[in-house]
Amino acid sequence: MAKVPVQFTLNGSEKAEFIESGTTLLHALRDKIGDTSPKGGCHQGTCGACSVIIDGELRLSCLTLAETCNGADIKTTAGLAEGGVLHPLQRAFLDAFATQCGFCTPGMIMAAKVLLDRTPNPSRDDVVEALSGNICRCTGYEPIIQAVLVAARANSQNAA
Amino acid sequence: MELRKDYFADVRKDGLNEIGQPRPRLDSPGHVTGKTAYFADRNFPGMLHLKMVRSPHHHARVRSIDTSEAEKHPGVVRVLTAKDVPHNVYTILILIQVGPEDETVLADGKVRWKGEAVVAVLAETERAAQEAAAKVKVDYEVLPAVFDMEEALKPGAPLVNEYHGQNYYLYDSGECRKVRFGDVEAGFAQADHILEQSYQSSPIEHAPTETTGCVVAPEGNDRFTCYTNTQAMFFTLDNASIILQMPGSKLHFVGGTVGGGFGGKVDVIVEPIAILGAKLTGRPVSFVYSREEEMQISSPRAAEKIVIKDGVMKDGRIVARKVTGYTDAGAYSRHSPYGAQKGAAHYPGPYTIPNVWIDTYCVYTNRTPSSAMRGFGVTISDFALEVQMDKLARLIGMDPLEFRFINAYRDGDMKAHRQPTEGAALIECMQEASRAANWPVAEKYMAMSSYRKGA
Ligand code: FES
Ligand code: FES
Repeated sequence: MAKVPVQFTLNGSEKAEFIESGTTLLHALRDKIGDTSPKGGCHQGTCGACSVIIDGELRLSCLTLAETCNGADIKTTAGLAEGGVLHPLQRAFLDAFATQCGFCTPGMIMAAKVLLDRTPNPSRDDVVEALSGNICRCTGYEPIIQAVLVAARANSQNAA
Repeated sequence: MELRKDYFADVRKDGLNEIGQPRPRLDSPGHVTGKTAYFADRNFPGMLHLKMVRSPHHHARVRSIDTSEAEKHPGVVRVLTAKDVPHNVYTILILIQVGPEDETVLADGKVRWKGEAVVAVLAETERAAQEAAAKVKVDYEVLPAVFDMEEALKPGAPLVNEYHGQNYYLYDSGECRKVRFGDVEAGFAQADHILEQSYQSSPIEHAPTETTGCVVAPEGNDRFTCYTNTQAMFFTLDNASIILQMPGSKLHFVGGTVGGGFGGKVDVIVEPIAILGAKLTGRPVSFVYSREEEMQISSPRAAEKIVIKDGVMKDGRIVARKVTGYTDAGAYSRHSPYGAQKGAAHYPGPYTIPNVWIDTYCVYTNRTPSSAMRGFGVTISDFALEVQMDKLARLIGMDPLEFRFINAYRDGDMKAHRQPTEGAALIECMQEASRAANWPVAEKYMAMSSYRKGA
């Protein structure tokens, strides 16, 4: 299989790789670059565990070809904490007991981040809608929804 | 959290340091930062990928296996069949003396369920392993199969598993687990009403978000590290040691991080063959179920059939209970003999019944082997028992919650297993449930207590 060069920004740092054409972004991030925060739950676009943010949009990295990400700005959960300080969403997921096995957590946090970036004061329905593509088999959705609402409040207090 | 300290006030201990105190979970910081290391987050240079060739038939004799085309496929490093496995026939619970060994790591001469592992292919990439697996030729002679427990127990039914010799598990108590207490027929003779109902359940898949798998790395010195998401570390270590005929000191298991399991990761299926692959190739090996495999191959909760016959008095007392339970183990035992046995212990329910008769069977069929899942053996029992309780209450025109107060275990009551009840709290739980659900019961039930002085 032909190798193609790919260059993008991952959590603020430049990455340049030669990857096999047809490689998913999920595999490129996990196996080539070593960011294992996006998880592979289904590899077919139904569980949301692999969710990342590409140019501000929520994307399933298992359905995104790495070679289409040239020049993109990619964010994953691994890059969310700044200077060792947890992002309000991470803090809220911790405090609200919104993680059990933790496998869905990075994807959930990415989906929640896109929501809060666009809708700083979401309603409960907004949160449910935003997380509807992410499956959790252990925690139960209620603590996760609560965590996102708590993070939204923390955000708006910071802004005020 | 609200602690109700008014219950058992004279016997409770309040010098507790942990109960009632919030404690942060140690692993959560790793989860929210994406740093928690699941087994598949380990990647080793030169890692091979293992894919299984699986039986397309429910029951068949394997006449021959031809791996020559697969071996020639670009990227293939090694192909494994039954003869490569040092101790190919095993059973998980042999460690606690539950035998006989009845399951093959790789099929040897016969397949007993659709999806059974026949040949393992190790290749440089997942794709090469997949393509090569498709080139393995297996010649099957299809045999009659049985999918229904009642059919399986009939004389002349196809024999599912030769290691048992009949289509049910032979306990030391005979063809089923039994509980006998009082005189059940005398109980029925005395009852005002008798209700017999049967209940049935389908297999249920756990569907963990992280699929089952492991990554094995040779350490040199003939020692292997196995990163796995098993829920049963020591079962896995010891069974791998038996299957591979290697001392446990050569096997280093790293686990503890499980991306959802619910009992589905208790069986020992992926680790031994992946370690064998690493041993025979000298390279790291990854064996991870695809989502399709997870849904089709991993053991579900067993299908069950339960027949309950109860004798009840007009005043609400249950005076006799007769239960026959059937657990569909599928083609192999795994944890099912234990599940069926748990059912036998559970069918009296948390109720004081003077006459009890219980038989539970662990039955073999040509279905996917079932195994552990959250309270297996008792969860479906509870569903059946509590539906039956509601029906009994309706039959005698009594409130279903009040009916349960009348029959609940209380301290000092003799259980059907001949253990006196101690430390019961069912009455108190039901009192709280009645308040929480806004389902009032008569004052005399609110005045009851499980605790009896001197009991
Ligand atoms: S792994 Fe991408 S959606 Fe499930
Ligand atoms: S915490 Fe396990 S899948 Fe969500």
